[in-house]
Amino acid sequence: MNIVVCVKHVPDAQSDRTFNESDNTTDRVGVDGLLSELDEYAIEAGLKLVESAVAGGADESMVTVLTVGPDKAADAIKKALQMGAHAGVHVNDKAIHGSDAVATSLILAEAVKKIGSPDLILTGMGSTDAAMGVVPAMLAERLGLPQVTHASELAVEGGTVTIRRDGDVASETIAASLPAVVSVTDQINEPRYPSFKGIMAAKKKPVETWSVSDLGLDAASVGLAAAWTKVESFAKRPPRAKGQIVTDEGDGGTKLAEFLSAQKFI
Amino acid sequence: MAEVLVLVDHVDGAVRKTTSELLTIARRLGEPSAVLIGAGFDAAKEALAQYGAEKVYLVESAEVTDYLVAPKAEVLAQLVASAAPAAVLISSSAEGKEIAARLAIKTESGLITDAVDVQAGDSGAVRTTQSVFAGGYTVQATVTKGTPIITVKPNSAAPEAISGAALPQVVDITISEGAKTARITDSQPRAATGRPELTEAAIVVAGGRGTAGDFSKVEEFADSLGAAVGASRAAVDAGWYPHSNQIGQTGKQVSPQLYVAAGISGAIQHRAGMQTSKTIIAINKDDEAPIFELVDFGVVGDLFTVLPQATAAVKAAKA
Repeated sequence: MNIVVCVKHVPDAQSDRTFNESDNTTDRVGVDGLLSELDEYAIEAGLKLVESAVAGGADESMVTVLTVGPDKAADAIKKALQMGAHAGVHVNDKAIHGSDAVATSLILAEAVKKIGSPDLILTGMGSTDAAMGVVPAMLAERLGLPQVTHASELAVEGGTVTIRRDGDVASETIAASLPAVVSVTDQINEPRYPSFKGIMAAKKKPVETWSVSDLGLDAASVGLAAAWTKVESFAKRPPRAKGQIVTDEGDGGTKLAEFLSAQKFI
Repeated sequence: MAEVLVLVDHVDGAVRKTTSELLTIARRLGEPSAVLIGAGFDAAKEALAQYGAEKVYLVESAEVTDYLVAPKAEVLAQLVASAAPAAVLISSSAEGKEIAARLAIKTESGLITDAVDVQAGDSGAVRTTQSVFAGGYTVQATVTKGTPIITVKPNSAAPEAISGAALPQVVDITISEGAKTARITDSQPRAATGRPELTEAAIVVAGGRGTAGDFSKVEEFADSLGAAVGASRAAVDAGWYPHSNQIGQTGKQVSPQLYVAAGISGAIQHRAGMQTSKTIIAINKDDEAPIFELVDFGVVGDLFTVLPQATAAVKAAKA
């Protein structure tokens, strides 16, 4: 079984995330970055499927991790390889700077085609920076493949992928034939930590770096100038005014109710 | 005036509140046309007319409802081609965003998700406001190509009633084979709690690690206020509350009039789900919990004594 896992290198949510003043794009250079936490679940899901395929006697099973981003994004691939992914592909090109989800999905789709014909394309449920959660659907649309998203359980058997998805009104079972694009939630598994052995082994694993032209794409079809949306302005949210804090001395609940009453909630 | 398509969020014709918000927003941009996919027009008609829908495009084919988002995107793409709308507005749920994503690619149109405000800007361009980076920034954006496709978060507009004709117009559509690939094979409805839906609720009371697994005091306080109940990721990961009630980056993003965090420390991932709430209250034993940086009112104390006292006071005030 061949699996491609799409991952993203994102600004760390614990650091002061911001935008570039010059072009209103996300600052991906001046802020510490890391592999988007939600992508670790996709990597783990891919590794588990390949491990069970190998245990079942399948040959040529591997997880290829794919990312689109600047130089620093190589760290996301490195972490995935340390966890156990077998190979990496990094699409890195100045032309990509400022790409929106639409262009990102175009680059990912062409890269998936160039990697070969995977049985499964796995993603996280969304990135932790832009958090749109639309790239899996766009990728499926572009590749003409079934889209099976927000999996909290995942099984592959006999050319069919089956997932469970916990929605607001129902828990659904969804089935599709392979190949398919599948996104997974943070409920699906507990991602492994890289072992010392995994960290050492990762250094020898193959990573290819592709440019936009390697994918047969025109540089003008991606990046900020080709985006179909434009960030007109951004503003830091003013800090909330310091609220009133009381210490419970037997009347905390009463004071809380008084506040609700003063604010006309009751 | 150009039409503005609003995809109706409904269950068998029971229209959700988000749709009345979208219809209200649509009137700022043009003439609202509702798109109703699935059965239930008779039940939905009044709710749609009441918020100004002039037309209702009806798509009742089972081919559309038995499959995941792809057929719905095909329906909207066909309507975008035939009606040339000024914009398409969709509720910002997981499904809504995925329909919008596919529609954007199909129609070569710019997509903006999770808008908290939508206005007609200069020269008629649609201008959106989003709250990003866990609510740390607000961003103004426009669509520069195709038909603006915008998903809007719940509670982004106060629904304003106005009479619309809600004239039904049946849409004939043939769904492509390619869109019928991911099939819903089983669906187990969730037990109804009788509480409001989390993302639509005016008041949300949420519990975290501090509940130690006992949500009874959180639920009783919520019920005294007619509120929805949420949970932090820690509480969900511990198996104390269902994932569908999780608030935060990997759960629901809520923006109610009032948010009460009980026994929740307020990590950045949690803030991402609630920071845009209008009024925030926290109860926590730790006076240094980061949640207190956000609050309008905070009680340093044990939720197991503070909440029951507050519940009794609320009930007394309402009696």
